[in-house]
Amino acid sequence: MLEVDRLTKSFGGFTAVGDVQMTVERGAIHALIGPNGAGKTTLFNLVTGVLTPSAGRLSFEGQDITGWRADRITARGMARTFQNIRLFREMTAVENVMVGAYCRTSGGFLAAVARLPGRLGRGERETIRRADALLDLVALTAKRDVAAAELTLVEQRRLEIARALATEPRLLLLDEPAAGMTPAEIQDANRLILRIRERGITVLLTEHHMSLVLQVSDRITVLNYGRKIAEGAPESVRRDPEVLTAYLGTDA
Amino acid sequence: MIDQYAESVLIFLGINTVLALSLSLPVSAGLLSLGQGGFMAIGAYTSAALTTWYGVPFPLALAAGALLAAVAGLAVGFPALRIKGVYLLILTMGFGEIVRIFFLNFEPTGAASGLGGIPQATTPLGVAVTVAVLLLFFLQLRRSRIGRAIEALREDELAAELMGVGLTRLKLAVFAVGALIAGVGGALYAHYALFIDSAQFGFHRSAEIFIIVLLGGMGSFWGAVAGAVAVTLLPEILRVIQEWRMTFFGTLLVAMMIWRPWGLIGRPRPVLIPRTPGA
Repeated sequence: MLEVDRLTKSFGGFTAVGDVQMTVERGAIHALIGPNGAGKTTLFNLVTGVLTPSAGRLSFEGQDITGWRADRITARGMARTFQNIRLFREMTAVENVMVGAYCRTSGGFLAAVARLPGRLGRGERETIRRADALLDLVALTAKRDVAAAELTLVEQRRLEIARALATEPRLLLLDEPAAGMTPAEIQDANRLILRIRERGITVLLTEHHMSLVLQVSDRITVLNYGRKIAEGAPESVRRDPEVLTAYLGTDA
Repeated sequence: MIDQYAESVLIFLGINTVLALSLSLPVSAGLLSLGQGGFMAIGAYTSAALTTWYGVPFPLALAAGALLAAVAGLAVGFPALRIKGVYLLILTMGFGEIVRIFFLNFEPTGAASGLGGIPQATTPLGVAVTVAVLLLFFLQLRRSRIGRAIEALREDELAAELMGVGLTRLKLAVFAVGALIAGVGGALYAHYALFIDSAQFGFHRSAEIFIIVLLGGMGSFWGAVAGAVAVTLLPEILRVIQEWRMTFFGTLLVAMMIWRPWGLIGRPRPVLIPRTPGA
């Protein structure tokens, strides 16, 4: 579904991501792990069009998307969340999700005016209905009309997922979906990720808790200092000596 | 006599409201402009030339002026795609000066001696209808797909882009529609002042429009309306400040920025979305 081909990103003399080769299979929950500064978020930024690669190619569902603008990549069927949450803080939860529907709906300035005051058009009603359904999926129905800034960290992470799902992605990228969560909250997040996969959406996530990713991932790619050091099923990656060294510093 | 005085105050209140709304649209998307006077000049000169020389009906001339201003808005919007904040202010300021100097030297519209003999076509009713239509537009806008995208753009440009909002088209559209509204304001002004010259649309005009929006509050379009009311009516009520107009508003602005940075109207409150049946 997503092919990352010898992707490289350098900032001056520093190589944040070097020569990374990776394939995300359709229907998988694929985890990208590595210590802090390993290049996970940079790779996400490259894949979603926030950054332009220095070298290498990206293809999504067989189409070359290297160098595409971020909004075009989203419209093509990819959406993401952010490690340092970036919600529209002064908008309510439901409005945040409705922004996600932008690229799947139409209507400009004229459509905004060409309706009766106080009445909603059919498109707008449909957008609201879908946004409410997504809030239900992430268990935020009760917080529907609360400004995003007033939600707890865990709720904000869930809202980001709902907003990303509103773009109707086939590939969802979650940047550290469990950061700052308690073990019980991580279990909830795991269940949510599995439910998203049940809807036929492929998931690529980053994480540095080994425990979380081992539970839900089918496949793990390990990055260290911007390079891929291991890849495979969770069990084999856990025993990989190079991965143990990266995480623990010794072979013990 | 009283009536005529009241009429002129109301007309200027309306025109100032139109101009403030023209700036509040780009501001609501996080795009600041100190060049609204330039768009206003294009609307004023274009419409005045059409009515004065060719006898074109006023509504048609107004539309032509507004459209030409919108085209200029697109032209300014392109370089504005890449720059933000203070740099955008300087760019739009430069644009305003270019327009002023163009009309200062453009012989067909009178150059330095200005364009006179414009028919009086701006009526209190016409201004009131224009303001009402604009208010309705802004009321509807915030609760629409495009209005939400504009708000998202203001709050977090990167997140908006990653949620599929095409920044190029949206920013250009916002700039062009803002310029269109300023062009309408210019046309209304020209057909009430009856004489226009380039000096009326210089930097001080753009700055005044900016101050109106800043004073009223950048959080919502109601701020622009409140600012226009304050800036138009205060000098009328307090005659003493007429001579010290800019000093007074400068001081007021400093005080506001310290004690009430969100302006007269205050912080925007989130827009509530009604539930739909079956949701």
